[in-house]
Amino acid sequence: MSKDGFIIEAQGIHKTYRMGAAQVQVLKGADIAVKRGEFVAIVGASGSGKSTLLHILGALDRPDKGVVRFEGRDLSGMGGGELNEYRNKMIGFVFQFYHLLDELNVLENVILPAMVPAGIIEWASKRAGVKKRGRELLKAVGLEERATHKPYQLSGGERQRAAIARALVNEPRLLLADEPTGNLDSATGNGILELLERLNRAGQTIVMVTHDERVAKRAGRTIMLADGRVK
Amino acid sequence: MTVMDGLVGDFKRKNHNYTGDCVVGAESLVGFTYYEDFARIAEKANYIEAVTPVIKSYALVGTEGTGRNIGVELMGVEAGSYSMVTGFGRTLYYHKNDASKAFEAGGDSNLPGFVIGADLWSVRDEKGEYYHSTNPEATGLSVTCFPLTAKGALAKAGTDVVNTKTFYFSDCSQSGLARVDGSIIYLPFDEAQALCGMTEPIKRASWIHIKFKQGTNIEEGCQKVREMWGKFYDEHKGKDNTELLSQVSVWSWKEHRRESIAGMEKEQAMLMMMFGLVGLTTVFIVYVVFYMIISHKTKDIGILKSIGASSGDVVVLFLGFAAGLGVVGSAVGVAGGILFLRNINRIEGWLFERFGFQLWDRTIYAIGEIPHRLDLTMLAVVTGCAILACLAGAVLPSVSAARARPADVLQVSQL
Repeated sequence: MSKDGFIIEAQGIHKTYRMGAAQVQVLKGADIAVKRGEFVAIVGASGSGKSTLLHILGALDRPDKGVVRFEGRDLSGMGGGELNEYRNKMIGFVFQFYHLLDELNVLENVILPAMVPAGIIEWASKRAGVKKRGRELLKAVGLEERATHKPYQLSGGERQRAAIARALVNEPRLLLADEPTGNLDSATGNGILELLERLNRAGQTIVMVTHDERVAKRAGRTIMLADGRVK
Repeated sequence: MTVMDGLVGDFKRKNHNYTGDCVVGAESLVGFTYYEDFARIAEKANYIEAVTPVIKSYALVGTEGTGRNIGVELMGVEAGSYSMVTGFGRTLYYHKNDASKAFEAGGDSNLPGFVIGADLWSVRDEKGEYYHSTNPEATGLSVTCFPLTAKGALAKAGTDVVNTKTFYFSDCSQSGLARVDGSIIYLPFDEAQALCGMTEPIKRASWIHIKFKQGTNIEEGCQKVREMWGKFYDEHKGKDNTELLSQVSVWSWKEHRRESIAGMEKEQAMLMMMFGLVGLTTVFIVYVVFYMIISHKTKDIGILKSIGASSGDVVVLFLGFAAGLGVVGSAVGVAGGILFLRNINRIEGWLFERFGFQLWDRTIYAIGEIPHRLDLTMLAVVTGCAILACLAGAVLPSVSAARARPADVLQVSQL
């Protein structure tokens, strides 16, 4: 944890993408800081750079310029292995399109982040415990009856619940959600937001990206991103 | 490949049986002198099992009274010792159990007998079998040779330029080598030596065939014989009638039969090359298949990387998949191949009975059964190569997958 109590902070983040011959500057010095236990919503119009900022916070992408610190530690100083561990253990990512693996059933999808870093022997020793935790999470998100179903057998809301359970399996300190209700009808989306609120009340730090101000209002704090900067 | 390997192995084994382990001699038709002295020395060597001299020449043979002749290769052998050195005894039909009596025509030791290559005497049926009467009839053949002097000139002049003698059928030899069985007539050593004029002024022989004791490495044995011959030559150099000794060489059976074996080995090498090309095609197919799989799985790769999988994990995942495919494919291929190999002769027999199809026409080719011996080393090599081909084909797509950046492949616009 940083001395200011921020679990994650980003300062002066710049990011430019090449689109054909043109350079598109998406982030132009964005700053953000999130304290432990906060539920923060980043809002902005389409193309404002909010998803890019979330990817940079989650180490799925690197900024061209600027610093991202997680619990006071600069991500740019981490090696490949440390960044993999950061994505695996410290961060839980929830995507707009759920991104579950079609070949695996719901429980297997949920426990996947616990499987990834484990070797064969290590996995054999902790498999039962991880499966137990996966079932508990599925119960917590209301999918205990769906554990052996394949993702295509679930509704959109159920898939997103499964994705949230997957993001939580390694007990991450920070949950990053990119438009978690963007692909759902309002009733189903509301259920997902209630789940996120419940998790936040239990102490989970959440940073959520949305373009919908009504969704953003469900968060404890809203950060507006416009023209590549935080307003 | 196993069948081809079996055919080549079988062909080599037959050539080895025909020749023995080592051969001392010269390619010329006049032979060399002092062969008995060298044979006596060789017999005493602790790594040599048996030694036998051989006359090799050409002759005309004709059926008595018909006036028709055919040209054949003539080999003069001492049936007993020749059978100890080579597989000659096992190639005989009537004297398989006592090769020393191979030249007893019709059971009469006074009649000069001949053993003839099976293809010269009989015709194979469609199953590759020869017809043999129960009791061999002592049919006579006149054998005519051109006796040569030690210098290669005709030994006789005028109208009596050839030596002719009548021999009587005593046995057939089926070595399994088409050229041998279709062109050679065997006569008793002394008779052949006399017919070829190789008794004057001192006795000559064309070759000395040697069999090494069990466990002797053939190349090492041949090297020792070379040294032995070198010493023998040095001791005899300068004596009377030793000019021919300088032409003598020592060969291993493989070197001696290289002309016959080379063709088969070349075919085997070409087959290997063909399978190598098939292997390369396999690598390319695996590459294309994996490229397609990976292009359909970029989202999944992004997901895995977003939850902490490293690039190495992604490579290992796809290479593991490729190895798994290779192992399963090889296992299925090996099982199918073994099943086919075990039943190849049955299948060919069935095809022949139903459709008259034979892989090799047995009336033409000196092949009995199609070789169906399982070569475990080759099996292991081919299986290993198949798995390696899968891995090789999957390497580039796997590395390409591992380099995918999750932020790129999980973008909404990419889905």
